[in-house]
Amino acid sequence: MTETTVATIDDKLLTKRLGKAMFRSRLRAFMLVVPVLLFLLLSFVIPILSFLLQGISDDTFSSRMPKTTMVLSEWDAVSEPTEEMYAALVADLKVVRANKTIGKVATRVNRDKPGTRSLFTSTGRKIAKIEPPYKESLPGIKKKWQDIEVWQAMKTASRKYTPGYYAAALDLKLTSDGSIVRQDENRRIHLTLMTRTLQISFLVTIFCLLLGYPIAYLLATLPVRSSNLLLILVLLPFWTSILVRTTAWIAMLQSQGVVNDLLVYFGVTDDGTRYSLIYNKLGTLIAMTHILLPFMILPLYSVMKGIPPSYVRAAKSLGASNWTAFWRVYAPQTIPGIGAGAILVFIVAIGYYITPALVGGQEGTMISNTIDDHMRKSLNWNLAAALGGVLMIVVLFLYWIYDRFVGIDNMKLG
Amino acid sequence: MSDNPLVRFQNVQKSYDGKILVVKDLNLDVEKGEFLTMLGPSGSGKTTCLMMLAGFEPATYGEIYLNERPINNVPPHKRGIGMVFQNYALFPHMTVAENLAFPLEVRKMSTSERSDRVKRALDMVQLGDFGNRRPAQLSGGQQQRVAVARALVFDPDLVLMDEPLGALDKNLREQMQYEIKHIHENLGVTVVYVTHDQSEALTMSNRIAVFNDGVVQQLAAPDTLYERPENAFVAQFIGENNKLRGTVTDLDDGYCVVKTATGAMVYAKAVNVKKVGDQSTLSLRPERVVVDPEPGAVQNMFEARVLELIYLGDHIRTRIALLGREDFIVKVPNSANHAFLAEGETVTVGWLQEDCRALD
Repeated sequence: MTETTVATIDDKLLTKRLGKAMFRSRLRAFMLVVPVLLFLLLSFVIPILSFLLQGISDDTFSSRMPKTTMVLSEWDAVSEPTEEMYAALVADLKVVRANKTIGKVATRVNRDKPGTRSLFTSTGRKIAKIEPPYKESLPGIKKKWQDIEVWQAMKTASRKYTPGYYAAALDLKLTSDGSIVRQDENRRIHLTLMTRTLQISFLVTIFCLLLGYPIAYLLATLPVRSSNLLLILVLLPFWTSILVRTTAWIAMLQSQGVVNDLLVYFGVTDDGTRYSLIYNKLGTLIAMTHILLPFMILPLYSVMKGIPPSYVRAAKSLGASNWTAFWRVYAPQTIPGIGAGAILVFIVAIGYYITPALVGGQEGTMISNTIDDHMRKSLNWNLAAALGGVLMIVVLFLYWIYDRFVGIDNMKLG
Repeated sequence: MSDNPLVRFQNVQKSYDGKILVVKDLNLDVEKGEFLTMLGPSGSGKTTCLMMLAGFEPATYGEIYLNERPINNVPPHKRGIGMVFQNYALFPHMTVAENLAFPLEVRKMSTSERSDRVKRALDMVQLGDFGNRRPAQLSGGQQQRVAVARALVFDPDLVLMDEPLGALDKNLREQMQYEIKHIHENLGVTVVYVTHDQSEALTMSNRIAVFNDGVVQQLAAPDTLYERPENAFVAQFIGENNKLRGTVTDLDDGYCVVKTATGAMVYAKAVNVKKVGDQSTLSLRPERVVVDPEPGAVQNMFEARVLELIYLGDHIRTRIALLGREDFIVKVPNSANHAFLAEGETVTVGWLQEDCRALD
């Protein structure tokens, strides 16, 4: 008994001493990574979180039209707007007209009810001279103010936190009473784009695997001198600008391009029926596969390099034909490389943007091109954030599936 | 030598780069049921020979016969030769039992016979309970046993082993040597074994082919190889060996006299000398040197000075200065009344003419 007690005390002391001894080295290690942690926090974590927040929060309307927001929150969205509501609206409109932010408010409401932008701006020009009762005078300026749908759109826009953008990203619509319904048929685009994005990324991954596997095998089995040369050829595209590579594909694939010229020359097709190899899905697939191929080859190569030739030899000596030896013994050992390469290519592909924008045409563009559109053209950052958030959730979900069936720890990048 | 050997190398040559011959004109027969070891320093061509036999390297010239059938154009998987690799080459993504079942599976054997044979093979190497483990969960010695079992499970006529014990520590290596030897004896399978460890070769083999520079220097049973080496390389490579160089002054009826640089005359057995006046290397095993011999009992007797004594338990390793050489080793056995020597002491040593072999 005494011995046990002593051991316990000793153990505790030992742990304590060990902790003390380890503390300094841990602190030193931590100090070494502090700069990069701060950098990541400022340049990665915070921007992403704030951007994701934009997908669910929007105070464009509520911050500029506080009085209207208040009365709208009490309104049941069906009954006729009261004089009090009109008065609040007019008061707010006067303020936003004066500080020149009426355009932003108009744009915001316009998203929920298209065609209301001019209603706001033209009303704004005459708002200074308006007299009560506003319930009569405001429709006097523009008759549309009597339309209850305008009010419903304003009520939807006035919510500070809203699932509306995520709903829109999934081709759903948030109605003024808070329920979510499917978007009108002709306005459903995001789900189509999302499926197309997944489909293109998936196909690019498959093509990269089919093309990259033999090259990686060759790299891993050739003598060092020739394999180094081949490795440089694999890496060469990395040293060329992505823009240059994509434009090179345009020169190659366009209807008056090299490939079509050759096909015409060899009589595969004639001048009138040149193939459209670019500005469609095929163009995106070809160019993206080319650009992402090294991401597949390199992890595969590093895994294959670590497989000693004696495994295949052993399989053959045990009576396996070349194919059986490859399929049963070699290929299973390259799964970590396949997993790493596939995940890498897929994740890079799903957010790909420049190449589809340049060679994708109508049917070859991807969700990132739409996000870019909302960021730079329609300036609907909230929807862009929601689309980005959906994309991230999809990727995380696929990652989770991968982990379930293959195992992340089975992945080997180098 | 029998008329139908299991394996016959006939004038086999091998070159990797077209300039240097790694194997030069190899002629070698492996008899059915024998344990033949290819022994030699690294780069001597022994592993290349094994790889040619397994089918992983083509012979540049000559023909290899297996059961009297030329196999140069037979791919490895159709040769039916079991092989144990240096790093075991157990398939890491399969369990031990799956590894063993693999050769049976590709031979399309039924499931019940497969599991039967796997069980028997595992029992043979005393790993009956390890079938469900992965190779990575086994120790080096256990992996080695699995590799041996896998090479034997499909009943090949011939098993090749390429330095299979190289990665094990000394005790385990010795234990495995006995086990492989016993498996060979029990199964009667023919084994061609490659190693650079001469004690391993001596322990296990029926015959040893000593390779150097792409040529078989001597092919003989272990005792013959040790006691009657045919050239200086074999004498030096197998066991410990004292060397004396000199010129042949007399040659008669299998015996000769060699005059060393110091002018001393040494009586030796002529093994590989052709005529008087030739240079010769005399080879003498350290344990055949007698300290303080009875006058007349041995033909050679010389004065020597003791330089160093190393106590090794069963014998005392003594370095002496003799006939102008300072690296002459004598093993003084630790017997009941052995000679007690002191460093710096002058002592008489001698040996039989029979024990001193005059080589090339």
